[in-house]
Amino acid sequence: MSQPDLIIHDEKDNVGVVVIESTKKGQNCNAWIMENDKTVDVSSANEVPLGHKIALKDLKVGDTIFKYGHDIGKVVKEIKKGEHVHVHNVKTKKW
Amino acid sequence: MNIPKSFLGYKRENGRAGTRNHVIILPVDDISNACAEAVANNIKGTIALPHSYGRLQFGADLELHFRTMIGTGKNPNVAAVIVIGIEPKWTKRIVDEIAKTGKPVEGFHIERTGDIGTIMKASKKAQEFSQWASEKQREECPLSDLWISVKCGESDTTSGLASNPTVGNLMEKLEPFGVHLCFGETSELTGAEKICASRGSTKEASEKFMKTWNAYNDFILKEATDDLSESQPTAGNIAGGLTTIEEKAFGNFQKIGNLKFIDVLEPAEEPKKGKGLYFMDTSSAAAECVTLQAAGGFNIHLFPTGQGNIIGNPIEPVVKLTANPLTAKLMKEHVDCDVSKILSREMNLSQAGDELIKTMLRVANGRLTCAEALGHREFVMTKLYRSA
Repeated sequence: MSQPDLIIHDEKDNVGVVVIESTKKGQNCNAWIMENDKTVDVSSANEVPLGHKIALKDLKVGDTIFKYGHDIGKVVKEIKKGEHVHVHNVKTKKW
Repeated sequence: MNIPKSFLGYKRENGRAGTRNHVIILPVDDISNACAEAVANNIKGTIALPHSYGRLQFGADLELHFRTMIGTGKNPNVAAVIVIGIEPKWTKRIVDEIAKTGKPVEGFHIERTGDIGTIMKASKKAQEFSQWASEKQREECPLSDLWISVKCGESDTTSGLASNPTVGNLMEKLEPFGVHLCFGETSELTGAEKICASRGSTKEASEKFMKTWNAYNDFILKEATDDLSESQPTAGNIAGGLTTIEEKAFGNFQKIGNLKFIDVLEPAEEPKKGKGLYFMDTSSAAAECVTLQAAGGFNIHLFPTGQGNIIGNPIEPVVKLTANPLTAKLMKEHVDCDVSKILSREMNLSQAGDELIKTMLRVANGRLTCAEALGHREFVMTKLYRSA
């Protein structure tokens, strides 16, 4: 059981959370899916700090971000697989 | 882990048990703070609970003020109470309600006496209470005497990944022992409100939750000038990687594990339906929320944090845990329980839950929390609207 670089809550999720101090640009990250105990690999396109999210697939404007298997907001700027996902490209659907 | 069946608490006159043995000097209103603080300064073993309100309030807001004052005095972590107000009537109302618990309580009002005379009279009584309380001994109490409240703060994604689920794991393990449990934070369930409502143990509980959340959301929509993106998530949340209120809400919601809630409480309302999990309608600001939960009668608090919230409460010990390895390292003096090894998979959730149970029981038995050792005594009244 090696230390993961990313943790994904649910198999349905399209983002994973960085759990090391920071990813490096181009780093091949080992991502652990908590729900089913599987692992996947994803290449980090940017330096992404601890606690921040990385896209697990290409996402276009209007797509829904899934985390915990639930809808947590909408994409407002195109995101490529491996890119940092945060307030610059995702917004709430609530307010 | 074999969970201990008891802890060492202070048995109270009304059958409840406390994890602490405070003698409090409770000002009814803002202008009585000086007097209350002078008494607490005179008499060792007492603490004053200054706050900002208590004048010209009316309607539901005034009722909440009284409920918070009275509930704080009734809390089993409090051995005895001195109440000081400017006027006799409201002072007496609080004294009379606290007295129903059977604990020593005495009221003083400042009008027609002035601060100095009141300080002298109240100090004499406070000395008597302090020395009386100092002889109380901890006794073995069943685990079911623990009323555990939870609230998270300065959350980040590590909260939803690990520290909040650790609290959920503790809840799942302790619920069978007959403890009372309470979560709140109405605003910070936004985005997860429907999932949360589905966790009501009855149709009534679910409907009551949705009614409470809708009332809050209507208020936000009415008052919001632009949007809440600057406030929810907070700058600290965003720095920690939380992007939207929905993401924060689903993380928040991990604190109740797989439990169902049996009732929805008004702010500072004491639960009346026996053991189990309650939702309380509270602000999501840490000090306001814990103050309301303490006034509801909860005697120990669990507080998961991501980026490092430092809150404490004067009467209810606040046990802090974090799964963020940087916070655990850089803010060590604020962290009672470090569960950051969950993220590196050196610890699983059940092991973390066990660690938290052990830490919580040590605190219930008397170990000072980090917040207590550092002197955090945030006592913050929730105000519903402008005064008359």
